Amino acid sequence: MKRNNGAAPGSPGDAIYIALTRGAVALMVLLGVGIVLSLTLNAWPSIRETGARFLVSAAWNPVTHDYGALSSISGTIASTLIAMVIAVPLSLVIAFFLVELAHPLVARPVSYAVELLAAIPSIIYGMWGLFVFAPFMADHVQPALGQILGFLPLFSGPPMGIGVLTSGIILSLMVLPFITAVMRDVFSMVPGVVKEAAFGMGSTTLETAWKVTVQYGFSGLVGAVFLGLGRAVGETMAVTFVIGNAHRLSPSLFAPGNTIASTLANEFTEASEPLYLSALIELGLVLFVMTLIIQVLAQLWIDRARKKAGGGL
Amino acid sequence: MNALRPRPSTGRRMADQSVRILAVGASLLGIFFLAWILLEVSRRGIGAVNWDFFFAPPAPPGFAPAGLSAPIVGTLLMTGLSVLIGVPVGVLSGVFLSEVARGTRLAAGVRFCINVLMGVPSIIMGLFVYTILVLPLGQFSGFAGAVSLAVIMLPVVARTTDDMLTLVPNALRESALALGAPRWRVTFDVVLRAAKTGMITGVVLAIARVSGETAPLLFTSLNSVYMPTSLAEPTSNLTVTIFNYAMSPYADWQQMAWGASLLITVSVLGVTIFARTAFRERTK
Repeated sequence: MKRNNGAAPGSPGDAIYIALTRGAVALMVLLGVGIVLSLTLNAWPSIRETGARFLVSAAWNPVTHDYGALSSISGTIASTLIAMVIAVPLSLVIAFFLVELAHPLVARPVSYAVELLAAIPSIIYGMWGLFVFAPFMADHVQPALGQILGFLPLFSGPPMGIGVLTSGIILSLMVLPFITAVMRDVFSMVPGVVKEAAFGMGSTTLETAWKVTVQYGFSGLVGAVFLGLGRAVGETMAVTFVIGNAHRLSPSLFAPGNTIASTLANEFTEASEPLYLSALIELGLVLFVMTLIIQVLAQLWIDRARKKAGGGL
Repeated sequence: MNALRPRPSTGRRMADQSVRILAVGASLLGIFFLAWILLEVSRRGIGAVNWDFFFAPPAPPGFAPAGLSAPIVGTLLMTGLSVLIGVPVGVLSGVFLSEVARGTRLAAGVRFCINVLMGVPSIIMGLFVYTILVLPLGQFSGFAGAVSLAVIMLPVVARTTDDMLTLVPNALRESALALGAPRWRVTFDVVLRAAKTGMITGVVLAIARVSGETAPLLFTSLNSVYMPTSLAEPTSNLTVTIFNYAMSPYADWQQMAWGASLLITVSVLGVTIFARTAFRERTK
């Protein structure tokens, strides 16, 4: 540490400078701690009232004050899973395309376009999802899926357009740019020598990518997936528009459902009873804990990849 | 067993080819969805944009003239205030990490905390600000809305500052210190100036991102149909107005929601593209 190695030791400006930056960082840390404390404190009446039942009960009745988070949690998990199942393979091949296949003149605009997908605000995805994509799903995609896979409970039920499946697909579009960007960086961190060695052994581009690049950058790729997961779990407006907001458990992905975030967005301003409000805040606390775990895992995996590559990323 | 064959076998070549085609297809799919969204927003939104759209206040369904003057002003006010709160605190935190506590365990811990905060969903930030500002004061307010946007912006700005200042070569700091400059002058006159373009880009991107946020405002600023006169009361804003109008059964409100969507999309994407291209040309 080079403390006070400036030529003006004890300069009053420096004291203020250090105090100000310390204050700002303290504020930042306070923000993190404050979120945990304030949410827990305000969720406490509901935690005391419902206990562990909150997490496993599917009931949600503001009139009788019977609150359970199960339908919101399962909807969050279902829509996030769909998003990841679609977005992870797509991101992987797009990153592969950008780094290994495309000429820089092609790769640059393509990666720019993918990044712009991330810049579109959530509510725009919601508008497009509700008025354009959901009708498209109802008219074309869901009837076809129902015909081919209708024997599975997952794809049974009337094609309404709005529902868990549509939300999952829109979520996948929204997290795609984040996952692709990290995967692209991970791919381009792999030293050329390693790849050239594989090519020299007579590997095809695919084999080099799969057996060398992916293995080499594995921890970074896992980090990228967690990063996308964290985004998908907390995404609010787009999901609120298209998921249908029904507090019920249904095996069908065509059925309307809800997520933690969509429940909050829909019901928060209607919550007049203190216990109702507290239950909603507890729901938020559950979401916060979920994203916290995901974020910590993402950071740990990405850090591991970064250390291995010696900086970059 | 194929080690001595000069070329990959047909099966391996076909696998390679099909994944190449898949990769091109996936990239085209991404571009296709981007184009689809942008086209639909433009096609449906352009009809709502006229003089009244910008200069008339919101009206009940079926009434003319109807516009979005109040939400536009409210969004600008809240975004502006959030920048005034979020940017200085964020920049100072980044300066702390990169200049004051560089290489310490404290900095590593705070950096981890900032990365985690960046991943906290915006709706949770809104909920948090609700519990600390709206609940105790008993009043939804534009001020709370601005704070929630600032809180979302904070970790992003801090991280950008930290990243950009780390790129500044140490020789610059050392030569300034050797000339007898106090540390605060080194930071503000030399290091920050050297990292200026990158910092501005990062900050502008963060502003673009929060200006399109909806979820945190639902719990903090709420919405209003009146021109904002004070940020101490519920404040009109574009994104919550889109939400309310889109969920309404009235055709003219839905049309207005598309107009507002077009406005938000054009401004956010416009600012994003501008920030990036301006930066790219400078660094060449």
